[in-house]
Amino acid sequence: MVENRPWADLVSHLILLVGVVIVVFPVYVAFVASTSDMATIANGQLSLVPGPNFLHNYAQVLFHGTESSTKQPMIVPLMNSLVMALGIAIGKIFISLLSAFAIIYFRFPFRLTAFWVIFITLMLPVEVRIYPTYKIVSDLHMLDSYAGLIIPLIASATATLLFRQFFMTVPDELLEASKIDGAGPLKFFKDTLLPLSVTPIAAMFVIQFIYGWNQYLWPILITTRDNMQTIVIGIQKILLVTDALTEWQAAMATTILAMLPPVIIVVAMQRLFVRGLVETEK
Amino acid sequence: MDKRTVFSGKLLPYALLAPQLAVTLVFFYWPAGQAVYQSFLLQDAFGISTEFVWFDNYQQLFGDHAYYQAIFVTAVFATVVTVAALSLSLLLAVQADRALTGAGIYKTLLIWPYAVAPVVAGVLWLFMFQPSLGMLSKGIRVLGYDWNPSLRAGDALILVIVSATWKQISYNFLLFLAGLQSIPKSLIEAAAIDGASRRRRFWTIVFPLLSPTTFYLLTVNLVYVFFDTFGIIHAVTRGGPAGATTTLVYKVFNDGRGGGDLGISAAESVILMLIVIALTAVQFRFIERKVNY
Repeated sequence: MVENRPWADLVSHLILLVGVVIVVFPVYVAFVASTSDMATIANGQLSLVPGPNFLHNYAQVLFHGTESSTKQPMIVPLMNSLVMALGIAIGKIFISLLSAFAIIYFRFPFRLTAFWVIFITLMLPVEVRIYPTYKIVSDLHMLDSYAGLIIPLIASATATLLFRQFFMTVPDELLEASKIDGAGPLKFFKDTLLPLSVTPIAAMFVIQFIYGWNQYLWPILITTRDNMQTIVIGIQKILLVTDALTEWQAAMATTILAMLPPVIIVVAMQRLFVRGLVETEK
Repeated sequence: MDKRTVFSGKLLPYALLAPQLAVTLVFFYWPAGQAVYQSFLLQDAFGISTEFVWFDNYQQLFGDHAYYQAIFVTAVFATVVTVAALSLSLLLAVQADRALTGAGIYKTLLIWPYAVAPVVAGVLWLFMFQPSLGMLSKGIRVLGYDWNPSLRAGDALILVIVSATWKQISYNFLLFLAGLQSIPKSLIEAAAIDGASRRRRFWTIVFPLLSPTTFYLLTVNLVYVFFDTFGIIHAVTRGGPAGATTTLVYKVFNDGRGGGDLGISAAESVILMLIVIALTAVQFRFIERKVNY
């Protein structure tokens, strides 16, 4: 602290408190709605105190589904989201570790070409090439499958760049020592490099898990069967019926369920994930 | 990116690269190429015959009033969200950077929306602003304004702007805070000793030194508004009323839906790709120069 100014501190606290209220309030209202009954919400009488229907509403949404719109138990899309997010996170980390290892620890023709081929994909999200990608996935018979949800989205450069950056900071002496000990590339990768990379791998995992969990456009395009849909899409389907009939308590319970897993991961692994985000900036 | 010692190996590096390259070629370069190719094709309504039409699709696009509307909506949306999200989060980050008691708690309470999907943010605010029963719309009605985002263009745009900004604050806050914490405290102390006020120290020392972070966030936020907000628009307004919230990405989706007009949709994709490439190129130029004073 440069100088001691209690009034300035008070103003800072106030600004931060207002910020926290803006961030938390909509979620709190959603939670209150998810514990109330339909009539209370429909009459516009929602208060700021949680209602009595917490267990009933969540059990209904998880195991039976809404009454009028989707009628789908949300436990299924919840599991689909989990599979998709894990698949994308693990897949990205796996292929990126391998390619970053090749680019940093080998010299071979077209090394820089390979790097740029991967690097350029950083710029173009799936949203700009949806229909051609859809066609390919459909030709490969991967519509309505976990492979179709996961594989096209693991082609991305973020993780490769992060691991490349991290490998650059690993001291050369380690490699020299391993070579003297007679270790081949794969042994060095497995026994030296991987154990050192635990932190960046964990940081990437958090970021990519959230990325995968929150995908929206892609699952909407390639899933048609109800039992392949993800929880994030499930929210939108509940809203489809006309306004007056929207089961807001169910919609809000689904919303809370959809945000809970990634939020828990972020809060639990805050330090790691902050580090990962800040690293990818460089 | 050069190591002093490396492994020798002829085939192994290619084998290690193979999975990523395969996925990239099949699901990235091939479809991107397809999009470019399709943008020069005209397909009849039944998808039976296709004809190579050169730039007809682009000409049709730029003769279409709706396309200009989408460009305008995207520009307004992107500008407002980026400016609002950046300034709010900078304001919060500057406060959290001061050694306050409880700064860690504020940080945790402010960053978790990073984990929230854009569509979730949209639905949360849709509920608060639902005309007949939303908590905030009741307040607006008391003020005598007939708030209705499903009928009024301006209201719909405000709704998606608020949702998109709310979601983005946490990410910007985090990076701004990291940027602020990397500024040497000795600089600020020296200025304080010279008698510079807090405001003056911020605008003449902190803000200029923060410019690499700010420029990085500027592009990241623009790309976010261009693409990631699709979920908000799709779930909350469906691009309506009357195209008032149809952004360029939503239009790509809408025009090609159900095998609609794939040629036009592909042409729109290609234009979007060019925009992102331009944005990224600008970003890299700035990063190279390490925008600083």
